[in-house]
Amino acid sequence: MTADHTLVQSVLGGDRRALARLITRVENQAPGAFDAVSLLYPHTGHAYLVGITGAPGTGKSTVVNAYTRSLRAAGFTVAIVAVDPSSPFSGGAVLGDRIRMTELAGDRGVFIRSMASRGSLGGLAAAIGDVVRVLDAAGFDYVLIETVGAGQSEVDIARMAYTTVVVDAPGMGDDVQAIKAGILEIADILVVNKADRPGVKNTVRTLRAMLDLGHRLRTVGHHSAVVIQPGAPPAEQVYDFWDVPILETIATEAAGLDTLREVVEQHRAHLQESGTLADRERERVVSELSTRLRDTLLARLLDQRAPDVIEDVIRRMVARELDPGSAVRELINGR
Amino acid sequence: MTEEKIRVLIAKPGLDGHDRGAKVIARALRDAGMEVIYTGLRQTPEMIVEAALQEDVQVIGLSILSGAHMALVPRVIELMQAEGLDDVLLLVGGIIPDEDVSALVDMGVSGVFGPGTNTEAIARHIQTTLAAAHS
Ligand SMILES: Nc1nc2c(ncn2[C@@H]2O[C@H](COP(=O)(O)OP(=O)(O)OP(=O)(O)O)[C@@H](O)[C@H]2O)c(=O)[nH]1
Ligand SMILES: [Mg+2]
Repeated sequence: MTADHTLVQSVLGGDRRALARLITRVENQAPGAFDAVSLLYPHTGHAYLVGITGAPGTGKSTVVNAYTRSLRAAGFTVAIVAVDPSSPFSGGAVLGDRIRMTELAGDRGVFIRSMASRGSLGGLAAAIGDVVRVLDAAGFDYVLIETVGAGQSEVDIARMAYTTVVVDAPGMGDDVQAIKAGILEIADILVVNKADRPGVKNTVRTLRAMLDLGHRLRTVGHHSAVVIQPGAPPAEQVYDFWDVPILETIATEAAGLDTLREVVEQHRAHLQESGTLADRERERVVSELSTRLRDTLLARLLDQRAPDVIEDVIRRMVARELDPGSAVRELINGR
Repeated sequence: MTEEKIRVLIAKPGLDGHDRGAKVIARALRDAGMEVIYTGLRQTPEMIVEAALQEDVQVIGLSILSGAHMALVPRVIELMQAEGLDDVLLLVGGIIPDEDVSALVDMGVSGVFGPGTNTEAIARHIQTTLAAAHS
């Protein structure tokens, strides 16, 4: 048995140190980590994945802390992956989400892992996907993924979660930014945190208006089109929409978090009953497969071509001697 | 594709409420390319070691200004051993009297850094010690 096999066995046996070490290996895309994930894959599929995202400082970590306590009181075990950006200058990071989660310390039913985004193009979602799978295989009932809502990678990560909670707060002045980032479109549940602050009603009203502009009723079918046949009796399923709820919370006082837990449960039940969970799972698998195929094929191709060959193609493209389509054909088939 | 980073836990045990120094160190280590998990104020030794285990760090840095280092550090070391974290570097920063420095080093602390220490020297200490342990 290899070291990674032993690590996998220990993870399945509930060894927390082994779990932590395997996550590091997966995060580093260390040799062998790939095999470890394949060994664990048959053990995944139990955990319910919830994404928690929103602008900086809205209280995501505090919400995660209070939500986790509510889940624990209801008897569930919880793993948390808290992602913060890496510094583009040094490649390092300060990961500070644990500061808001000290109440969870000492609870063996909780496992918290901080992750830096590491700025690898598109690689973040893949790395988090594997980390989440390891935690899933380790047997946690819920895996919560906290990310700062800032761009495409959040959208990719949200696609991985079954339920995405977007956290806003009064007085952040970021409502417009939130739309720009496409963040409202990925919300299954909106949370207006810091409801003890002035301006809550305003924030709720603004969000509701924005939802009414087009996002409020979301077809559960995602990309699979809803077909209404002329003359057919109205089938329930055809009109099966999820009405994105807006909840108010005061995370610092754990107010409104039991409601959040219940609404996530309702969304989960809704996804199951409407068959959307299966659709989403398929969609997630398709998107992950294509991303990984693309990355792997690209890496393999670039590996096989001498750097000066690629450099020459780029030079001729810049000089307008070679168009992009022909460049690709040339790199794949040779000249 | 393998991308390894030095992961460091910075914790502030004890009851004093100042974490300016700890935050300065955290940022300096980030600027040296490390991933720093900052856990905040008033951490118990149990919380620190549990966080170090979950985060799989190679380094634990304790910032202690309360004067309680001779009580806190042995407890942290005891828990680290109990959890099998013997290979994790332990650093202590703060106002530590000279006679205590050698006692801490004897206990297994890898480095003790006073308030005026150049932050780059701390980063270098971590890099060289870990590199030596790996070779
Ligand atoms: N008044 C009030 N403050 C809150 C509430 N929830 C969180 N906070 C405070 O808001 C600040 C930011 O909270 P975090 O939980 O760190 O926010 P975050 O969104 O995780 O922040 P980043 O991860 O840095 O983006 C902290 O000072 C919290 O104490 C709340 O319900 N009411
Ligand atoms: Mg946070």
